[in-house]
Amino acid sequence: MKRRGLFYLQLGFTLLVCAFLVVPVILSIMAGLTVNYFVGIESGLTLRWVMEVWNGYRDTIFLSIGLSLACLAVTLVIGVPAAYVLAKRQTALTRALEEMLVLPVAVPGLATALALIVTYGSLSGFRTSWAFILVGHVLFTLPFMVRSVLAVLSAIDLRTLEEGAASLGAGFWPRFRDIVLPNCRQGILAGSLMVVTLSMGEFNMTWLLHTPFTKTLPVGLADAYASLRLEVGSAYTLVFFLMIMPLLLALQAFAKPRPAKFVAEDAE
Amino acid sequence: MTDTAKPVSISLANCAKTFADGTRALEPLDLAIHAGETVVFLGPSGCGKTTTLRIIAGLEEPDAGGKVLFDGVDVTHLPIEQRNVGMVFQSYALFPNMTVAGNVGYGLRIRKVPEAEIKARVSEMLAMMQITRLADRRIDQLSGGQRQRVALARAIAVRPRALLLDEPLTALDAKLRDTLRLEIDSLLRSLGITAIYVTHDQAEAMALGDRIVVMEHGRVAQIGKPREIYQRPATRFVAEFIGTMNRLTGSVRNGTFTCRAGGVAWAQAPAAATEILFRPEDIRVVESGEATGLSGTVAAAFFLGDRTRLFVDVGEAQPLVIESTARRDFSHGDPVGLAIDPRGLLVL
Repeated sequence: MKRRGLFYLQLGFTLLVCAFLVVPVILSIMAGLTVNYFVGIESGLTLRWVMEVWNGYRDTIFLSIGLSLACLAVTLVIGVPAAYVLAKRQTALTRALEEMLVLPVAVPGLATALALIVTYGSLSGFRTSWAFILVGHVLFTLPFMVRSVLAVLSAIDLRTLEEGAASLGAGFWPRFRDIVLPNCRQGILAGSLMVVTLSMGEFNMTWLLHTPFTKTLPVGLADAYASLRLEVGSAYTLVFFLMIMPLLLALQAFAKPRPAKFVAEDAE
Repeated sequence: MTDTAKPVSISLANCAKTFADGTRALEPLDLAIHAGETVVFLGPSGCGKTTTLRIIAGLEEPDAGGKVLFDGVDVTHLPIEQRNVGMVFQSYALFPNMTVAGNVGYGLRIRKVPEAEIKARVSEMLAMMQITRLADRRIDQLSGGQRQRVALARAIAVRPRALLLDEPLTALDAKLRDTLRLEIDSLLRSLGITAIYVTHDQAEAMALGDRIVVMEHGRVAQIGKPREIYQRPATRFVAEFIGTMNRLTGSVRNGTFTCRAGGVAWAQAPAAATEILFRPEDIRVVESGEATGLSGTVAAAFFLGDRTRLFVDVGEAQPLVIESTARRDFSHGDPVGLAIDPRGLLVL
């Protein structure tokens, strides 16, 4: 009986914590759908604020999507080969490189952004284009791509697999295409979702790097909260939510621990 | 089978291998492997056998000055993908992203063989290895023995000039090892392919090899037919690595080798011999009443059905091992008379 009591106590506590986290989300969403937040739900529900956000900040949404996809493309092109090299050659140099790749995650985004502005701010064409933000995003997200591909590559016996393919006549490119890439697919997928999600939600760096013509979704959100009605800001949150949730769910599905597909035996 | 490439002869000239960290894996080695022959590299872990195989395969380059020749053509700097050799790895190295059929057909696909031809060849290979029903399985759905069959089929499918096997059976359990060893043996004979087989298991080496290259510390200890290696080992290492070797210490006087347990008549005994070696099958327990110069006491006896394995204490550091077919019951402490066939005696 005593144990039963403890169980309900724990359940109650867990629910309380959940409520603490979930209620603000619900309130925020409700705020974005209510006619007048200060009057409350009695004032009625409306999509007016959402439409207002759509009309006023549509461009930030498209820019954010474009930016995150461009960021994905760049991290794929740089990150996957980088992970491959890091997995193949375990030397002091590659280990140092691996550590350095993670630096932009550890250093505050503001510092990275300032460094970029100090260094490249005078190139006005570059400074005012969205490519300037892209550089920041790539710096920030690249380690997530490299790490996630590297984790998969380290778990398989890449060297022997490649030797097997080479013994069958496959040169470097066919090997990379037929053996390396398919076998790190999981890592590439997980890394891609991570990169898109992070790029979509990045605020720190983007806030410094953006110009009035290159506002991203999170920057627009800050803008909306700062200068418009609370309902509009909340509706903005709702829009942001709808965009980021599918990505997070997909990320969760891929991040699930999977049964070992290839058990590598030790060599002699 | 007539559809394999013409078997190739392989020779190594002055092939040494020093790794980047300075470890000398292989001392300069010269070796000639005839076309169609099965050569087994045998030795303990770290003796250089795998390194030699990898040099032949093209996975490692020998140190400067070393040469690898296939049918007299220098292939030293040719990478493995251009040597047309089939390779079977200890860890199988099967591609987890492909089915069994995909794995077996991969080499042909790389060679841009027409798809219909690939299909035919793959089913031929699968039938030969008796794994036709596994064609559409993923690799992680296969047992160890099945994986090894797929690896063999994959290596042979491309009609390689030579087949290189790196400890292919080591990862399997004993019973499966015996079955697959038999299969590999008949496979190599029917293909008539030049085959190089690396193992640390002397039974595997004896069963499969036309010739055995015994290696120790990066050097060749002996090259010879299994029977030569077993009966006429060139060094003490070879003698003790392969099979069981008995040892008696003493000295030679008037055509008799005298030790603590008595004397062994040996007309050709080298005068300076202080130790003689012989195999368990060259010594027997004499019937009571038979004259003998050698005696000991039974330290342990294991009845194995067809024979009894005896350990006989003769006052040496190690008891003698004797395989006795005598129809008598031995027990601990029994005094026994012993006779050694002088044809089996060795001095190293």
